[in-house]
Amino acid sequence: MKRHSVLPGFGLTLGFTLLYLSLIVLIPLSATFLKTSTIGWERFWHTVTEPRVLASYRLSFGASFIGALINAVMGLIVAWVLVRYSFPGRRLVDALVDFPFALPTAVAGITLTTLFTRTGWLGRYLEPLGIHVAFSPLGVVIALTFIGLPFVVRTVQPVLQNLDQEIEEAAVSLGAGRWETWRRVILPEVWPALLTGFALAFARAVGEYGSVVFISGNMPMKTEITTLLIITKLEQYDYAGATSIGVVMLGISFMLLLAVNLLQWWSNKRHA
Amino acid sequence: MRDTLRGRFSFFGTPRVKKREPSPALYSTSEPAIVRRLLIAIALTFLGIFLVVPLAAVFAEALKKGFGTYLAALREPDALAAIRLTLLTTAIAVPLNLLFGVSAAWAIAKFHFPGKQVLITLIDLPFSVSPVVSGLVYVLLFGLQGWFGPWLAAHDIKIIFAIPGIVLATIFVTFPFVARELIPLMQAQGTEEEEAARVLGASGWQMFWRVTLPNIKWGLLYGVILCNARAMGEFGAVSVVSGHIRGRTNTIPLHVEILYNEYNATAAFAVASLLALLALVTLAAKSFIEWKSHERLVGR
Repeated sequence: MKRHSVLPGFGLTLGFTLLYLSLIVLIPLSATFLKTSTIGWERFWHTVTEPRVLASYRLSFGASFIGALINAVMGLIVAWVLVRYSFPGRRLVDALVDFPFALPTAVAGITLTTLFTRTGWLGRYLEPLGIHVAFSPLGVVIALTFIGLPFVVRTVQPVLQNLDQEIEEAAVSLGAGRWETWRRVILPEVWPALLTGFALAFARAVGEYGSVVFISGNMPMKTEITTLLIITKLEQYDYAGATSIGVVMLGISFMLLLAVNLLQWWSNKRHA
Repeated sequence: MRDTLRGRFSFFGTPRVKKREPSPALYSTSEPAIVRRLLIAIALTFLGIFLVVPLAAVFAEALKKGFGTYLAALREPDALAAIRLTLLTTAIAVPLNLLFGVSAAWAIAKFHFPGKQVLITLIDLPFSVSPVVSGLVYVLLFGLQGWFGPWLAAHDIKIIFAIPGIVLATIFVTFPFVARELIPLMQAQGTEEEEAARVLGASGWQMFWRVTLPNIKWGLLYGVILCNARAMGEFGAVSVVSGHIRGRTNTIPLHVEILYNEYNATAAFAVASLLALLALVTLAAKSFIEWKSHERLVGR
């Protein structure tokens, strides 16, 4: 309950907070769910299980999963290197890790596409090998890896920083080799943070739009992500269709948010 | 660390982390030199391909046809209109979210009330919603087919495919930035200093300007910088509500998209380079603030 406080402004600030939150976030989100009820269950279900929509889920979730997995492995290595080793330019590299967060997604999209086309800086080496990145599902994976890159690094990094090196020394003095110490002492400590970073990268990737639409080529059934389908339906004035898919995406976002919260709760409990 | 300890994840990483300098490899708790070098090589190659190469590519493509063409692309009327619209949108969205952030953090950090944790989760909600869906919710509210659409049309008020819609969508996607920086910071600072100010006879505003604000200024600035970067660069949400009317409802990222789709890559990258510069300035400012607030923590 509200404690009697000498500090002013509780009513005013909480009131404004609730009002602003309701107007900007809660009412618009609820209105979207309400809108679905006017569509009717049958039509809703038909829309969200169309083959073209199902194909988009497969791509969105599959590519997000692979991207988050790449980030989990590489992010762990990057975090480890940044925390444990010193090398020239370490601080610069550390600051640069956040670049995908700071770079607008549309810029990321056109840049990655240009890099991986036939004449691009990277594409010119990959295309002769038969590796087509631009306008293929692989391109979607690359874009989603790019935008998810900072998540794992930034969740794992503080855990590694606060890891007590004494427990590693204890493991060594008990006869464990470096690899065994790593696998049985360090990895279990880092595991919850690593999973959280993975889940955050995955959640971000599933809803991503800007960085993907340029590189994917947007071929129906092949390289069309779910968020693009929402926009396509809107452009065809199919509001019911857009809403149905949008609500599915919202539901998935909320489930992922719940999963991330549970993971963080687990992680905190272990580090408490 | 405080973010992770409290179970909240800061979107741009964890500021004010207690930075421990890597100690020179201890013989027992480090890897063989070859493994170390290999891991550093793997990490730097990965980051090189995913971060450095794209960054260099933006500027290389923008300047491909010379500096004159670059400047011309930025001076073109539609580009200037896009820059103006982006500045206008940011000038409305950021102060509003700043006001909200300070107010929410004050209520949450300085007072006890039931449902606080739920409120914190709700404030974070916009981050877990896809940008496209964020735009969609406003179309369903204010678009012609939306709940208020017919009423708005009858009164000749345009929100969707007009500037108010762009501003609303931008406010939505940047909603939590300031609040989520300030809440943990102000919770950690407690209420003693403000209480002392009150007991010594300061008015509410005097207390805020002289005690609270100086204490939170770096966190506040940090939140505002992140909020600003996202507001200027938002693409998905704005794309849904904008209507893409050249020179009227195109923000900088939307203008980049149009130029690129018209196969005018050089101009697209010229305009995009502005956003890449913004990203670099944001990263620099972020590092500076982290260094400043770290210095402050150490100094105490």
